[in-house]
Amino acid sequence: MSEDPSGFAVPLPPYAAMLGLRRDGAVLTMPFGAHLIGSPGRLHGGSVAGLMEIAANLAVRTALEGAKAAIKPVNVTVDYLREGALEDSFAEAFIMRMGRRVANVRVEAWQSERKRLIATAHMNLLIIREDAAAARPG
Amino acid sequence: MSEPTDTEAARAAEDKARMQRFVNKFMGAVPHLQALGICYGSSGPDWAELYMPYAPQLVAYPDTGVIASGAIFSLMDSAAGFSVLVKHGKLEPHATLDLRCDYLRPAEPGKTVIGRVECYKITRRVAFVRGIAHDGDPGHPIAHVAGTFMFTSADA
Repeated sequence: MSEDPSGFAVPLPPYAAMLGLRRDGAVLTMPFGAHLIGSPGRLHGGSVAGLMEIAANLAVRTALEGAKAAIKPVNVTVDYLREGALEDSFAEAFIMRMGRRVANVRVEAWQSERKRLIATAHMNLLIIREDAAAARPG
Repeated sequence: MSEPTDTEAARAAEDKARMQRFVNKFMGAVPHLQALGICYGSSGPDWAELYMPYAPQLVAYPDTGVIASGAIFSLMDSAAGFSVLVKHGKLEPHATLDLRCDYLRPAEPGKTVIGRVECYKITRRVAFVRGIAHDGDPGHPIAHVAGTFMFTSADA
């Protein structure tokens, strides 16, 4: 990987950088920071959703294996299972189906215990391949 | 109904501004809302509207300036929670059970995103919400949300 301590080969876009994301293999880490807090004593659900959306996005980017394509979110459903405590959060995305035009991804988020999930998400992402017009007639 | 007089309109605007100052004092104390620049717009008996002005830290696509869908999700989750609060009429702790967000189109760079969510049904333990995000024209939405909240104070 890169020299960058965040684990990313390219600089993070501002929103992901604001969340403070770090990549460690397949796992995306969101180190605890006061800016992630919602109501007193717990993380804002939106910061956990942000972490999971980016995890899904990165998984699709990785699965593209360097193929040039734009990835656009179609929708996301987040299930909140437990309150997010004021500690580091982690997310891992699993690709259920990688199609030519769309990817279906499930994401798990947890904190101190891998098996004690705080949230899950499923997301559909549109894949717009640069070679799409050439590769597919009609 | 008769047309509101200028004095009535002025009073309504003054009330709205006073409410915005009041609520924003509380919302300013929520760190993640502050980080995203989300603030109170207006509310009614069963709906709430929050604003998220365009800001550099929201950007997900630096080449186009389009903001992150995750930031829109945060806005909608917050507006949804607020709609539950106004519908319920009291400060009972609640938590998002699930929230689905359809991203209909990218938000236009530079524009404030407005999240308007309605709490259309409430039971003893669960509140149901739906809403849209737009950037000026509600007829041309950016996102659509539907979700549920749980009241957590009882024996949750």
